[in-house]
Amino acid sequence: MKSLKTIGLKTVGALIAATVMASAVPALAAGGAQHAHEPKEGFSFTGPFGTYDQAQLQRGYKVYREVCAACHSMNLLSFRNLGEKDGPFYDPKFKNPNDNPVVKQIASEFEVADIDSETGDAITRKATTSDRFPAPFPNTAAAAASNGGAVPPDLSVITKARHGGASYVYSLLTGYKAPPAGLKIAEGQHYNPYFPGDLTSAWSGDHKHVPAGGVLAMAPPLSAGQVTFDDGRESTLSHQAADVAAFLEWAGEPKATLRKKTGVAVLAYLLLFFGLTYASYRMVWRGKH
Amino acid sequence: MSDHPSTYVPKTGIEKWLDSRLPIVRLAYDSFVDYPTPKNLNYWWTFGGILSVCLAVQIITGIILAMHYTPHIDYAFNSVERIMRDVNYGWLIRYVHANGASMFFFAVYVHMLRGLYYGSYKAPREVLWILGCIIFFLMIATAFMGYVLPWGQMSFHGAVVITNLIGSIPVIGTPILTWLQGGFAVDQATLNRFFSLHYLLPFVIAGVVILHIWALHVSGQNNPAGVEIKSKEDTVPFTPYATVKDGVAIIAFLFLFSVFVFFMPNSLGHADNYIQANPLVTPAHIVPEWYLLTFYAILRAIPDKFLGVVAMFGAIAVIFALPWLDTSKVKSMRYRPVMRWFFVIFVVVCLGLGWCGAQLPDAQVIPGFPSFNLIDGQLNSYLWLTRLFTLYYFAFFLFIMPWIGLKEDPLPVPASISEAVLAEHNKKKG
Ligand code: HEC
Ligand code: HEM
Repeated sequence: MKSLKTIGLKTVGALIAATVMASAVPALAAGGAQHAHEPKEGFSFTGPFGTYDQAQLQRGYKVYREVCAACHSMNLLSFRNLGEKDGPFYDPKFKNPNDNPVVKQIASEFEVADIDSETGDAITRKATTSDRFPAPFPNTAAAAASNGGAVPPDLSVITKARHGGASYVYSLLTGYKAPPAGLKIAEGQHYNPYFPGDLTSAWSGDHKHVPAGGVLAMAPPLSAGQVTFDDGRESTLSHQAADVAAFLEWAGEPKATLRKKTGVAVLAYLLLFFGLTYASYRMVWRGKH
Repeated sequence: MSDHPSTYVPKTGIEKWLDSRLPIVRLAYDSFVDYPTPKNLNYWWTFGGILSVCLAVQIITGIILAMHYTPHIDYAFNSVERIMRDVNYGWLIRYVHANGASMFFFAVYVHMLRGLYYGSYKAPREVLWILGCIIFFLMIATAFMGYVLPWGQMSFHGAVVITNLIGSIPVIGTPILTWLQGGFAVDQATLNRFFSLHYLLPFVIAGVVILHIWALHVSGQNNPAGVEIKSKEDTVPFTPYATVKDGVAIIAFLFLFSVFVFFMPNSLGHADNYIQANPLVTPAHIVPEWYLLTFYAILRAIPDKFLGVVAMFGAIAVIFALPWLDTSKVKSMRYRPVMRWFFVIFVVVCLGLGWCGAQLPDAQVIPGFPSFNLIDGQLNSYLWLTRLFTLYYFAFFLFIMPWIGLKEDPLPVPASISEAVLAEHNKKKG
């Protein structure tokens, strides 16, 4: 009995381990990219109790708005989301984000396409809080034509769509380097050791030491001093990248804080319930074993 | 047990009235209150209850998801994200459903290995076992079609790879493929019918579960000693004994479930599925969800596509045939000193196959280890490791099971459940 129990426990343990490993495997198989890392100061939202840093989300939104939005859409986001609980411009005074003056102000800075309901003519009007973030290009063909044939991906859930999440975005934005000698880079392409790819065919050096990473059509979008932060944070490349990565993490999982808080309560409840049930079990089964 | 007379006594007038018209309360009482269960059941026996909870959870969360989900290739992906953002507690419903599928499979694998170890498939439980196998097969179909619904990159390209397998069947393959896909490619018609079937199959599963429990209550439960119930002394009534024990296990299981849902909801999924499906861009590495990797590995172990499909379905089919492949007179492997080691290897091999299923077949198992080319691939590659494991998988059922059963000298089996309990009690005391 004892040995079976240990075998059984080991089996379950191995199953869990194999599962976790199997889900991590494709990250290794995706190509020899350098492993993504967090900024030095870390991210506030990692771990079971991590939450978003609102000031960081505000700065990150500014980076997105002033830099990334020129090429990348965020189709799943509406302006009102910015003012929702745990969002960058949430204000407890305005439970309904549509009443939040900051959010209203942000929306009104944009023009969106619409149809005049009286005449049926195509018009543009000021955006409202319920409108979605306008996309920079009317369609993917236009997006590709302006970006040397590559379509800038929608960033709404980018941190969930890449291994490494926000750390990957941060590493990608800060990781551009001059390509090592012997690596042929095509016109309009840029070397980045964090971008998954396979550089074997472009590499003329020692075939056992093909450089890590890949090439992508996005030129380094950020540089020191590019975005002025309203709260006075120094505008280094690392700061801008960390802030925009945090903003994108929030955009992908706007409910993460609520989720974790709920989770803590659920686990505490289950633990208590488990204790009670286990005690009843001992009582009921006394003398039957 | 069928020969267990009903002890239900309707007390109130309405109960008497109903009992003489539809004895449904009597059925519930006899099945879940007074039903005699062997008193030596261990925690591996709680997974049946856990599985019932899993099915209920999937059906409830699924119905709510279906209220908000749009089965259209242009809207499906965004509608799932909308559920997570704009539906009240939609993130919870969706993460419970998505992780619930993994939890369901984890539980079903434990449940099946339990049956394998304790010989729960042997007479008189063959039909019970086969019904379980049918449930397992339906679960695979349901989960596969469910995974297509969010219409991410892995959904789409996984559906292409798996449906195309059918096309490899000689002569009739292509027409069947076109019929299944509803066209010449995985497209709107495919998504729409997968949604319809994904909604339907769980209710079929629920129906088979009822048959499964019916069969269980006819033959009675097996138990760790693998000897049948001989007297009342061997049993305890289902309520409160089994109910409270199942309760303990279910709560522990929900704890594990919650850790995934609330703290690592995407860890069992694949990042590529958060990229909307694009038929023109094939992901570098198409892999199914972890719970299907074992069978995916067997599929890829065979160089011929059609024979690979045969092997994959064969891997499930042999489980159905198990009651007639095992020749041993002894049910529980507790008393089978040789067989139990082959069982342990079998578990490792299944995990190993799952591991291999996630690897590129050409990749080296031991990096840098010298190897040579064997037929169609390096010996030191996942291709050959997968083949070795696949060979064991089939040998276990088709060769080891019948052969060891005849050759092995089993340990003495206790005369009754009560005796087994007593022996263990004494052993514990030293
Ligand atoms: C001038 C246009 C342009 C700007 C500005 C721009 N990008 Fe990009 N981005 C692209 C293009 C084009 C691609 C696709 C590259 C490819 O696949 O080769 C891309 C790809 C990406 C990717 C996906 C990389 C991958 O793993 O596939 C991320 C993440 C990204 N950009 C983030 C950002 C962020 C954050 C900003 C703002 C700081 C930004 N981009 C600004 C054009 C741009
Ligand atoms: C045997 C029970 C079931 C299993 C194993 C199962 C499995 C799955 C899986 C693996 C997914 C993909 C999850 C993801 O990555 O998003 C899914 C999605 C879905 N399922 Fe189920 N399911 C079951 C029952 C049901 C039922 C009964 C319904 C409806 C009545 C349902 C409705 C849906 C819907 C609408 C989706 C798409 C939304 C989404 O992707 O989250 N499911 N299912």
